[in-house]
Amino acid sequence: MNTRGKLRVLIGKPGLDGHDRGAKFIARALRDAGFEVIYTGIRRTPDQIAAAAVQEDVAAVGLSSMSGAHLKLFPAVVKALANAGGPDIPVLGGGVIPDEDIVLLKEQGIASIFTPGTPVAAIIEAFTQACEQHLSGRVE
Amino acid sequence: MTEKKNQYLRDWETTELQKSLDRFPERKEKFYCHGGRPVERIALPETIDTQYTENQGVPGRFPYTRGVQPTMYRGRFWTMRQYAGFSTAAESNKRYRYLLDKGQTGLSVAFDLPTQIGYDSDDPISLGEVGKVGVAIDTLADMEVLFDKIPLDKISTSMTINSPAMVLLAMYIVVAEKQGVSADKIRGTIQNDILKEYVARGTYIFPPKPSLRLITNIFQWCSGNAPLFNTISISGYHIREAGSTASQEVAFTLANGITYVQTALDAGLELDVFARRLAFFFNASSNLLEEVAKFRAARRLWARIMKDRFKSQNPASMMLRFHTQTAGSSLTAQQVDNNIVRVTIQALAAVLGGTQSLHTNSRDEALSLPTEDSVQTALRTQQIIAHESGVPDSVDPLGGSYYIEQLTDKIEEEAVSLIEQIDKSGGVVAAIETGFIQGQIEDAAYQYQTEIERKERIIVGVNKFQVDEETKVPVLRVDPAIEDEQVQGLTRLKAERDQERLQNALEQLEIAARSESNLMDPVIAAVREYGSLGEICGVLRRVFGEYQARW
Amino acid sequence: MKTGDLLDRLQNGEPRAIARAISLVEDQSELAGAILQGLDKNRLDQALVVGITGPPGVGKSTLTSKLIRQLRLEKVRVGIIAVDPSSPLTGGAILGDRIRMMDHALDPDVVVRSMATRGRLGGLCASAGAAVRVMAGGGCQVILIETVGIGQSEMDIVGLADLTIMVLAPGFGDDIQAMKAGILEVADLLVINKTDLQGGEKLVLDLSTLFSSHEEKERRIIKTIAHEDQGVGVLLQRIYEHADILRENGTFLQKRKRAFELETIDWVLELLRDRAQNLIAKKESIDRDPRLAATNIMRELIAEDLK
Repeated sequence: MNTRGKLRVLIGKPGLDGHDRGAKFIARALRDAGFEVIYTGIRRTPDQIAAAAVQEDVAAVGLSSMSGAHLKLFPAVVKALANAGGPDIPVLGGGVIPDEDIVLLKEQGIASIFTPGTPVAAIIEAFTQACEQHLSGRVE
Repeated sequence: MTEKKNQYLRDWETTELQKSLDRFPERKEKFYCHGGRPVERIALPETIDTQYTENQGVPGRFPYTRGVQPTMYRGRFWTMRQYAGFSTAAESNKRYRYLLDKGQTGLSVAFDLPTQIGYDSDDPISLGEVGKVGVAIDTLADMEVLFDKIPLDKISTSMTINSPAMVLLAMYIVVAEKQGVSADKIRGTIQNDILKEYVARGTYIFPPKPSLRLITNIFQWCSGNAPLFNTISISGYHIREAGSTASQEVAFTLANGITYVQTALDAGLELDVFARRLAFFFNASSNLLEEVAKFRAARRLWARIMKDRFKSQNPASMMLRFHTQTAGSSLTAQQVDNNIVRVTIQALAAVLGGTQSLHTNSRDEALSLPTEDSVQTALRTQQIIAHESGVPDSVDPLGGSYYIEQLTDKIEEEAVSLIEQIDKSGGVVAAIETGFIQGQIEDAAYQYQTEIERKERIIVGVNKFQVDEETKVPVLRVDPAIEDEQVQGLTRLKAERDQERLQNALEQLEIAARSESNLMDPVIAAVREYGSLGEICGVLRRVFGEYQARW
Repeated sequence: MKTGDLLDRLQNGEPRAIARAISLVEDQSELAGAILQGLDKNRLDQALVVGITGPPGVGKSTLTSKLIRQLRLEKVRVGIIAVDPSSPLTGGAILGDRIRMMDHALDPDVVVRSMATRGRLGGLCASAGAAVRVMAGGGCQVILIETVGIGQSEMDIVGLADLTIMVLAPGFGDDIQAMKAGILEVADLLVINKTDLQGGEKLVLDLSTLFSSHEEKERRIIKTIAHEDQGVGVLLQRIYEHADILRENGTFLQKRKRAFELETIDWVLELLRDRAQNLIAKKESIDRDPRLAATNIMRELIAEDLK
């Protein structure tokens, strides 16, 4: 990996919920930490998010859901990524997510979960780690 | 008391006040403190000059800075209206009856996201969202269950519904009709505010032009048939939740209001017929004094806009009446009981600011849907302010404070300047297309959150005064089986309908949509045949197209 | 290293392979050379590269999206390179063009790549040029390069295109006046979008004066209302016609040559930058004359290569 390479991530909002304040904040915070952030906008299907992530060759995907649909939607994105040719791209998620769901989501392949009040520094750190881990495992 | 003040007061007492008292006597014969000292109805400065009469004045008189009614809460408390609705129509119906039983005076219906975006529960895109953030309504049958044993001539119902507002309103009208209540008797509000969906809330379906047509059709139909129904609730709440400042909340909300008024005028509606049915909806945040000033500034600015810009002749059109909800985004998942205190401050701001109705959030809403216990505490918060705090006994009690008046002026000024920028760029729709409004909100939200991250802004329990918490609050969850049940019910119903009559109604709707005619009647006809929300919106999607977000 | 495998998948048009290849070149991986050399050159020769530019807010994205739809109706495989600015302070970027292209998200024959400018010295022409080559190698027959704004770096990228469309709309009077004189140096076709808005016809009239003949004006000004799909079919027709004219009169080859020069210069600077940086850090003291230092470094680099 050349030092000139930038960490590219995709921030997506699966499902129907339009509350994108959190997603947009994270997108900007990541930008300010030097990431290149592809933002998909609201109301995307898991397949749309996965296709975009693969085409943009991102090193990690971040999802946000505030409506309580995370248990269905986050694993659906993991699955869609596998189908779209990106099974190795890590998925991170944030939103109003109760503790017991965090366990369930991690079991289904979500790398990290952020809840309201997680400091942004911790989120950036998690994205950095997920990206670096992903990139070091890449073979061409 | 100076002679001038005396005269000014007497003039008001014999006109606006007397008229109001004749119609609605005050709650008590006499208002007094413990010990017997009487409570002034309204406190006025010793010197009454034009500066004062033009900018503050008396309640119930232009520019309404001090309130839209002369007696405000001495006459009647604000409507305590808790937003509720979850999972199925039957469950929500139970919750409504519980709330009415506890002394709530109005209903406020929350719909799930598929309903808000015009999809049926069995649409693939509804996966995981059915019944989550509100009640799922697919057809008239769900609506019948939702209002079962709730007399629609006795209560007023507020429905948070926007893009498909016409369809839900049509269902409400038909349910009322089946109860024997005609449309001219129903009271309530539909949110019906599409413009803020494009910038803050996201439940849009159609592009702006046909969306504005639907809104205008509703204005027109209701002014003839359901004159007691508020046909729009122009909402700053979600703009603020998306992260705007107080001044932006006022500016963008009133700019949206201007757009609706202009669109209705362009469609040939009579200003002073529809304008009195416009209602507003604001956020109450924790910055108590700024919020009080915000409500006062919004009221004054709207009155000025209606009078100066639209040349309204009718005081009723100039009065900004509003609902308030405490700020959901201010609630924290940490130390949830602290949220009760936050909500109290926010609710107080709304009351000091002269709101017409109020929803207080429950302490656990940062975690999940509220439990019955926390809903009760939230309602009790309002009741304590109403009955114990003494705040409602004097009208606009903070009016005349140097700080409050200065802040009121400042917020109005900032809002005027933003509205001018929007006007200059070609109006709200153009400002949405260029992303101007979204950008303003986003910048403000980012700045706010950054301040919290840097601890320049303290959120108790979040970035200071944290504790290790193990105590868990009981979390109310929507049973995942509900989605399947809702879908099965819909499938059954779809099989039982009179297909021919339904198809005919949908075809008539399509023809009407392609013409210029009012869509209310064809939508009511389709609803009557148990046409589903997804089917009706599907016809409109075909004709109008769908809005593509650009920001 | 499995460059051969990647190239095979690229040749087959696999989205992931195209995406990986662009990143490898953009990040200057040591595989970059092998990838670029392994591309199918015929495909590049046959591809049509169209630049789309214009001030923010004129409806470029909507127009691009509709143009994609039109191309897809004709079964053309499309590549889109959407360029957004990097933050000069942090080097990060938010690439939001995806929001407007979600209509085509699930179409495997619409290949979208968002790209950040990565600063003026970051070799954007080299990266974007490489992305064009990779997309063409991956089977994209028409490649659209969309830029935000009308600044210098946007104009440079447009220099990579065979043909450039300038999108304008009523209500952007100041922007348009400021650049009017230079418009035809950049633009092959002028699209006046949102002609349904007030001032639309006036803008058309105003811009007509730029052309010497009526025929030229008729051919090169296209009126559209992109959000209502009006005029987009005509636009595509004019694009094809104009490309034919350019091919016939030899301009096409000239433009490719110019694009080649742009990319090459960028690559020269890119390839030198790291090495030069190392030498500077090692040797040069700030007391010396920078130009003289540069000359010395050049000499050293050449000497290194001769060894």
